[in-house]
Amino acid sequence: MSTPISSTPPPGSPSPKRARIVAVTSGKGGVGKTFVSANLAAALARMGERVLVLDADLGLANLDVVLNLFPKITLHDVFTGKSPLEEAILPAPGGFSVLLAGSGLVEYSRLTPEVRDKLLEIIETVSPRFDRILIDTGAGISDVVLYAVSLAHEVLVVATPEPTSLTDAYATIKVLAMQQQRSSVSLVVNQVSRTGEGRVIRGQLQQVVDRFVTPSLPDPSVPFKLDLVGEVPADTAVREAVQKRHLLLEAYPGSEAAKGITAVATRLAAP
Amino acid sequence: MTSSAHPDPQPPAPTGDGTARLKLGAALQLLAQSGHQLPTLEEAGSTVWLQAVIDALCDLSSRDPLTGLANRRHFELALAREIDRVARVGEPALVLMVDIDRFKSVNDTHGHAAGDLVIQFVAEALMDCVRPMDTVARFGGEEFAVILPNCPPAFGATVAERIRRKVETGVVTVAGQQQLSVTISLGGAYAPQWVRSSATLWIERADQQLYRAKAEGRNRACLEQPTVSMVSAEEKGLLFGTSQFQDIEPLP
Repeated sequence: MSTPISSTPPPGSPSPKRARIVAVTSGKGGVGKTFVSANLAAALARMGERVLVLDADLGLANLDVVLNLFPKITLHDVFTGKSPLEEAILPAPGGFSVLLAGSGLVEYSRLTPEVRDKLLEIIETVSPRFDRILIDTGAGISDVVLYAVSLAHEVLVVATPEPTSLTDAYATIKVLAMQQQRSSVSLVVNQVSRTGEGRVIRGQLQQVVDRFVTPSLPDPSVPFKLDLVGEVPADTAVREAVQKRHLLLEAYPGSEAAKGITAVATRLAAP
Repeated sequence: MTSSAHPDPQPPAPTGDGTARLKLGAALQLLAQSGHQLPTLEEAGSTVWLQAVIDALCDLSSRDPLTGLANRRHFELALAREIDRVARVGEPALVLMVDIDRFKSVNDTHGHAAGDLVIQFVAEALMDCVRPMDTVARFGGEEFAVILPNCPPAFGATVAERIRRKVETGVVTVAGQQQLSVTISLGGAYAPQWVRSSATLWIERADQQLYRAKAEGRNRACLEQPTVSMVSAEEKGLLFGTSQFQDIEPLP
């Protein structure tokens, strides 16, 4: 046969399945970004998805602490070429997979061409094997965070009703809207004290965005949209699960916070 | 004890190497000359004494001899540290580049000794106007640089203006009781909050503002508008001015 082999699939055939990449970010730390990433992954896994959480907090990772997993082989070894990527992907307690940053990645906390290439290469490699990849970014809006976010199809901003968290979430949203050609970001409001607080907060953020943010889209008249994908109530069960270093969805699946996380997963899985 | 207590100190030479002894002797002479005080070798013991020598040499190598300010080497280290800090903590920081206006004419008209006095005067004015946590450096020639960590935009503008006025209103007495007045131009740039920058880029941006200040007629401060990731008071007002925060009673 002399039929040329084409790299693009013939029309009509389904394109090879690749993971939907979601970046989880927050502006500043301490709002439950890693907690949301890990439990959201567990919730999505329960719904039958093959999920990978990629720990992209290259300076101060703590996903390992949340999951109580301290592996010998981490992203650091993949970066330095000491171990193959496959050996660094581990099963996590919640039925999903993780690629942990490990300590000692501080040297990679700046966006050098090497870090850029490695991250891209890793995501490209693992993408066909999963339905969804959650990238748990570091705190702040460093260029590594912005780069990691740029690799994602969707951005999930985690905020709490605290004014400082809102300010930082707004700053992040502003940078994303102005620097990356996005038309929307998703918002999860964590630690709400009453039902509906997430909606109020989304409204406030949207109002400031409408007034002050000019998106970098080809058509600037399209408004930048904030989607509230859920709120997670403040819940003592969260603290207890974190203290025990268990996933909330494993330790207290019936808690209000676990229900909130599950609702976010449902919303993400069926947009 | 002071360095004058041992005008011809004999450094320890563990290897007995004559060259090492000679070189350390030269270093000690430099330290004595620059007013660095060292304990005596007998009093401190060789380990402590050697550490004091090293500390003093580090200090010496990080200062500008004419003004006592940080030199360029020290400034660049401090700047790199500040970039790390900004990226981590997210507090805005400002770099100011400062240049004495028409300095060449001071040198040409009144001589280099007068020029040195003017540089010292500006250095003192800078030190008088900043906080202890700020780094003031002689960047080279008649150019200075200041790093102001944790510096909100309004504060940056105030400090720049304070420095400008301090220099404008002061006088330098040079040889023959002649009194000179000088002015400076200032350019400033903020580190992008939470975003890692590079030292070169940051200085370049402040320099651009300095050129602008010169082009606009000198004796003025031009500061780059803060980057987009900063949240203005107006934005915060809108963010917090509604609904759940409205029921808070203002203080009488």
